[in-house]
Amino acid sequence: MNDMILYILKRILLMLLTFVIIFTICFVLIKALDNSREDAMYADQAAVEEARREALGYNKPILEQLRIYAKNIITKWDWGTSWKIDRLSTVNDVIFSRLLPTVLVNTYSLIFSVPIGILIGIYSALKKNKWQDYTLSTLTMVFYSVPSYVYAFIVQYFIAYKLGLLPIIQASLREAGGSYFTWIMFRSQILPVLALSFGSIAGLTRFTRAELTETLTSDYMLLARTKGLSKSQATRRHALRNAMVPILPAIIGSFVGVLGGSIIIEQIFAIPGIGPIYVKAISLLDYDVFMAVGMFYTFIGLAASILIDLSYGFIDPRIRMGAKKQ
Amino acid sequence: MSPNEYREPIEKGAFEFAQLDKNIHDLKFETKPIGYFKDAWIRFRKNKSSVVAAIIIIVIVLFGLLAPLFSNHAVYESDITYKKKTARSFLLSKIGLGTAITHKTVNQNEFNYIYGIGVAATFNKETDKNASFDIAAANKYNPVKSYSATVDAGKTYYNVDVEVYYQEGFQFKQITQKEYDAIIAWEKESGLTIIYPVLDVPLSENDANMWYTEAKNGVYVDNYKRDKNGDILYETPIASSEKDAPKQYRVRILYYNYYIYQNGNEPQYILGTDTQGYDIMVRLAYGIRLSLLLSVFVSIINFIIGAIYGAVEGYYGGWIDLIMERISDILNEVPFLVVATLFQLHLVRTGKVSAFTALLFAFVLTGWLGTAYRVRTQFYRFKGQEYVLAARTLGAGDARIMFKHIFPNAIGTIITSSVLVIPGVIFSESFLSYLGIVNLQGKNTTSLGAMLANGQGSLMNFPHIIFWPSLVISLLMISFNLFGNGLRDAFNPSLRGTEE
Repeated sequence: MNDMILYILKRILLMLLTFVIIFTICFVLIKALDNSREDAMYADQAAVEEARREALGYNKPILEQLRIYAKNIITKWDWGTSWKIDRLSTVNDVIFSRLLPTVLVNTYSLIFSVPIGILIGIYSALKKNKWQDYTLSTLTMVFYSVPSYVYAFIVQYFIAYKLGLLPIIQASLREAGGSYFTWIMFRSQILPVLALSFGSIAGLTRFTRAELTETLTSDYMLLARTKGLSKSQATRRHALRNAMVPILPAIIGSFVGVLGGSIIIEQIFAIPGIGPIYVKAISLLDYDVFMAVGMFYTFIGLAASILIDLSYGFIDPRIRMGAKKQ
Repeated sequence: MSPNEYREPIEKGAFEFAQLDKNIHDLKFETKPIGYFKDAWIRFRKNKSSVVAAIIIIVIVLFGLLAPLFSNHAVYESDITYKKKTARSFLLSKIGLGTAITHKTVNQNEFNYIYGIGVAATFNKETDKNASFDIAAANKYNPVKSYSATVDAGKTYYNVDVEVYYQEGFQFKQITQKEYDAIIAWEKESGLTIIYPVLDVPLSENDANMWYTEAKNGVYVDNYKRDKNGDILYETPIASSEKDAPKQYRVRILYYNYYIYQNGNEPQYILGTDTQGYDIMVRLAYGIRLSLLLSVFVSIINFIIGAIYGAVEGYYGGWIDLIMERISDILNEVPFLVVATLFQLHLVRTGKVSAFTALLFAFVLTGWLGTAYRVRTQFYRFKGQEYVLAARTLGAGDARIMFKHIFPNAIGTIITSSVLVIPGVIFSESFLSYLGIVNLQGKNTTSLGAMLANGQGSLMNFPHIIFWPSLVISLLMISFNLFGNGLRDAFNPSLRGTEE
């Protein structure tokens, strides 16, 4: 087990190092941005603006600002203040208040697409090189390639606008009665979930099919059949289990990715999530929010990749067995 | 036949020598040798879906190159009046496409308004009269091509087929004496009418189609401006504050004929127009060019950087590999979105480089990592093999061994990964443009993503604006992925013979 812990520690250390480097570069680049646009907005109150900049430490050298910013984060978990999006509220609040809608829609999509994707993938692998497999593979390729926003347009136009079955955009919190867990809200979330799911179902189908066909043709399957297991028994007990070794980490990784969400789908369906504030922070040049959301995305990317790597070790029994010997 | 069965012995005379004095060894093969690429090509051809994908890509590229030749409109030409219009083409209308007709259900007032355009267009300058309701139905300029009335709860509703180009009808326009004379001369020459009676409305009124005061049972009461003698007026002089300013008139024009006067042909847009009145077909062709150009650039640059970086890593190994791997580890975790945004903010908003170049930088910054990773793996695989040792024994230098001996063995994998970069770039570009982070839209340029962004507000009412770029992006993504997969299989010698 020591190896494992050492490995985890090494990975986490490397991740922290990477994070710090990206953090520094981003901070410097953002601070080095020309912020005359910000000044222009307050042109008539130059003195007030100057005082604000002085108070915020914008006139100090960039590295000094970086030190203060990093110190505030480490000691007080203070990521700064939003000046444009939610005027004068803390960046933490800005992000946390937007986290739930993003997470909800993406989690629904994941819950919906994981079983379907895996089932179709299994079916396709079992029917390998038959017409079902060819049809499914081609379809999967098509669905996998088409960008998610195209699905969004299609479902919005046909299901919501032409047929009028579901709302075009996600209901606002007020319409849904102040909660994200009401029927009105859920109904309006069906379309974004659908738009997100086509692609992930196809991706998962492809992945499952590829892994399962590989395990189905391996020697231990032949052995299992020779022992007298029926085809379905052998598939269930041996092939599927082994195929899951790479599939499960990928799913775990995408659960972390849920936090990041899909910016474009959130934008199209007017979901008040993380994605839209990122875009807004850029267009309004709300630096602290931009910095924090950028770091948020970086962190999620890092966390997902580290979790995928680690879960290989936990899921694959061979690694566990190897560890027990010591 | 079982082996134990008795067989008739074959007579000796039945045998004959195939050859006695001919030399059959050392004969040259009569078939041509099949090289690596030829072999790949043979196997690629067998993969039907990849071949179809390649054909689709070629068709899209040809469209991008040739489509502007089939349009009357240049890429920078926009017509604000004819914006968001559906397809109109005389050639295609023979098979029922591109008729620019939309179906609508309207109430009595709206119907009078739309139909009134047709009635007003029948105005005869000699008799000073409009044609009657029934005669106006056959008028070319009547936007209502067919209609049927239904009565629902005492109110009449009409299901109408409206020609959207004629629906624009009339406009007020301010012109100089010179222009006025030119138009009148053109009217005489062509026999078409542009200038129609002005209306008895204040100058602030903008709607030139509201030409009647009352419309009941198909009888329109006109609101034309008349002088003291009761003669209809065709222009309102505009008072100018300057003394020597040329005389200005406010006239009421039929825009369709005015368009012909200006352009020399009737409006035709094979795929319709976008929200700014650009010809979608031409813009689409330019968008395809830009998006493909960007992705091919990225692919080539990634190929070069990735190949060199990966080769050095894989060939030298040891601490060089360790350091270079850590660098690529860190770069690998930099979110592309943040990079692309920062590049745009730093380089484009400050005017240092164009949006295209900045986007190219962003793609290249982390894009080569995948290629480098693959090259490195291939180098690890091949560098210990005998032929490398042989080359070194013969005195080949490092660079020669790397790029002359090892690299060709890895070329299949690398080409495949470079091709698969293309759909990724197309997607990312459209994604960033759609969100408005990158703006590749200009008068003479556009990208597929910029076209999507252009149509996003009109999805419900004018879906054709977003349909075409979406279709092309989807087709490109599907085709390039299929094509790339076909290449991967074709370049993989271990799959040889497994297809049969």
